[in-house]
Amino acid sequence: MLKLNSFRGGIHPPDSKITASKAIEKAKLPASVIILLHQHVGAPCKPLVKEGDEVKAGQKIGDSDSFVSAPVHSSISGVVKGISTQLSPIGSEVQGIIIESDGKEEMEMMDAIDPATATKREILARIREAGIVGLGGEAFPTHVKLSPPEGKEIDTVILNGSECEPCMTSDHRLMLEQPDKVVNGMKAIMKVLEVDRGFMGIEDNKADAIERMRAVVEKEGDGRIKVVPLKTKYPQGAERILIKTILNREIPSGGYSCDIGVIVQNVSTAKAIYDAVYEGIPLIERAVTVTGDVKEPKNLLVRIGTSFHELIEECGGFRGEEGKILNGGPMRGIAQYKDVPVIKSIRCILVLDIEKSRIPEERECTSCGTCIEACPIGLMPTALGKLVRKKRFEDCTDYHILDCVECGSCTYVCPSKIPLVQLITYGKEEINRSKNAC
Amino acid sequence: MPAELIVSHSPHVRSDASIDTIFYAVIIALIPATVCGIYLFGIRALYVILVCISSAMLTEYVAMRLMGEMELSIDDLLHLRLPPPTGVIITGLLLALCLPPNIPLWMAAIGAAFAVAFAKCAFGGLGHNIFNPALVGRAFLMASWPVAMTTWTKPLTYDAITTATPLGLWKMQDIATPYMDLALGNVSGSIGETSAIALLIGGIYLIAKRYIDWRTPLSYIGTVAVLAFVLGQDPIFHILAGGLFLGAFFMATDYVTTPITRKGRIIFGVGAGIIVVVIRLIGGYPEGVCFSILLMNAFTPLIDRHVRPQVYGVKRKSFFVSSANK
Ligand code: SF4
Ligand code: SF4
Repeated sequence: MLKLNSFRGGIHPPDSKITASKAIEKAKLPASVIILLHQHVGAPCKPLVKEGDEVKAGQKIGDSDSFVSAPVHSSISGVVKGISTQLSPIGSEVQGIIIESDGKEEMEMMDAIDPATATKREILARIREAGIVGLGGEAFPTHVKLSPPEGKEIDTVILNGSECEPCMTSDHRLMLEQPDKVVNGMKAIMKVLEVDRGFMGIEDNKADAIERMRAVVEKEGDGRIKVVPLKTKYPQGAERILIKTILNREIPSGGYSCDIGVIVQNVSTAKAIYDAVYEGIPLIERAVTVTGDVKEPKNLLVRIGTSFHELIEECGGFRGEEGKILNGGPMRGIAQYKDVPVIKSIRCILVLDIEKSRIPEERECTSCGTCIEACPIGLMPTALGKLVRKKRFEDCTDYHILDCVECGSCTYVCPSKIPLVQLITYGKEEINRSKNAC
Repeated sequence: MPAELIVSHSPHVRSDASIDTIFYAVIIALIPATVCGIYLFGIRALYVILVCISSAMLTEYVAMRLMGEMELSIDDLLHLRLPPPTGVIITGLLLALCLPPNIPLWMAAIGAAFAVAFAKCAFGGLGHNIFNPALVGRAFLMASWPVAMTTWTKPLTYDAITTATPLGLWKMQDIATPYMDLALGNVSGSIGETSAIALLIGGIYLIAKRYIDWRTPLSYIGTVAVLAFVLGQDPIFHILAGGLFLGAFFMATDYVTTPITRKGRIIFGVGAGIIVVVIRLIGGYPEGVCFSILLMNAFTPLIDRHVRPQVYGVKRKSFFVSSANK
């Protein structure tokens, strides 16, 4: 019997999913959007439009010749106001196309294709054309992930519905509200990969979603797909941990999931694939949880390119004195210092008041070992932190620093409030930089 | 968008655990044994405890001032605004608990000062010491004033009738003490070591709170029991007599001076257990807990370097991970 439910280590932060019972609402149509030309891992896009051009919603406005890249589309109909350097919510500066709405909701769609008769190649081409990237946050172009290198035999697809990060509920709502689209998207993925075994992993704090997904899988009569309840524990949704939990397989250190025959996709990516394949809609909007210290937390269906500020305003604005605005949840979110537009991989905008934003005072490490027990990978965060501080990067490699998944569990639990994952991330960057320099 | 936003690396939430809450919990866990000691050995025991704690706190304060680690203004001093000295209270208390109740108070004071100054502050303060400070203090007193350190009083008599400890009786005269007396603490010995039940209550509290790892006391006490049994001794007597419970729950579990990994803690416990039995059966002293832990403290850096958890996705190697460039 496989051990289906849990993994060693991990933590139980307060889940704060206050928007779990709120249906996804359509956000107000923005007056203008900024479509970043680099929303994914890989090569940035080149603009296909110029200032003054009229565009429709769904029209492709940026693309690249590289394989590892994904096109971007206008999310509203209107006029191109300019192309300039913009700050992205992942902290880099990239080119962005500013589009002002004309109030008309003209939409440019692609033809729907029937995955039953379409070839694998056609579906892949469609996924690329629709601009789909990993919507779970990693933003890796999906058509690339679904084209494993020659010689890698894929036998299992896992759909990640764990949503283990506190505060987020957009995937949860998606599974409740559009379970059939998720399942059909998953089937398209399985068809592309020619795989006959699929698992859908959902944390057991979303019992209603587990039930809903099971009912749909049963109705579809697809015996190949199994819904697996997972113990609620952070970071259950990290790819390596999810695969270990469901299949008891481990991705070798430095390797990828395709090395062990598995491809993991997020539920919202599956839903986007459904839209692109069955309905011909490119990726121009997505569900985003706007939560935390806003007056009215919501799950919103948001056009890509809408500003964070506008969405926070739509939720009633800040409650209390503003402290932090995060792209993402409290465990992995990236703090913003300026207004930025929504990109494809954003699942959550979390607002924290000044109290919650305080950075705790650091004390001495007492060697209590709590961080080691919390690490899902089996690393020794305390040793890594000390070695990074001494800049002994070679010893860090010996302590497997590169296997860290940056989940932050170690920092979360440390009674001495030592910024462990922060140090580790810095150490990894240094090591990778010196590697690239050689 | 507000003008001033705070930017920091994730995670943006932290658990509410802090060193201070853990230290307070340890002090709470020591209350049953402390109360028991005062009940059994009278007001003298309380004096020893208070002297040890004050001396330890004062020493740390002076040492930190000297090392410039603590900036305190006259104003702070006048208003008694000192940083919470919880760690050093534990050191003072633990030292008192393993001293004989009738020890001269000046000796106790010197012991505590020595423990804090040389075993803790000289290494760089909290988190940097190798040996358990309280045990260093005890070992120092043992070496300096062996007679005072081995003069024991009868419990509940309160008038300094000297007698031998259960381990002394067993070693020198081959007299066994009833289990019940050992469990309740109605025997002679150090202030806090005699009542196994009081220590167990505190230990279980800390384990339940997950502040200490059960692996250490279990492997330590378990090793003593098994080894005593194998060598034809009474295992129950050996685990209840002497300072084993005090050492196993409160000293072998000290974060700083014992291994950091679970596997390492088991090695520590087993090693300390073996040393206790060897000292008790072969060595000159009737009791070996103090030295067993100090000896294993010395091995802790080595254990921590070589015993590491199994890393995800890395091929299972042997129990000991050899580090390539050491
Ligand atoms: S060391 Fe890395 S993988 Fe381990 S808990 Fe810390 S952040 Fe997570
Ligand atoms: S949790 Fe913090 S204090 Fe404890 S060992 Fe890890 S780094 Fe040190």
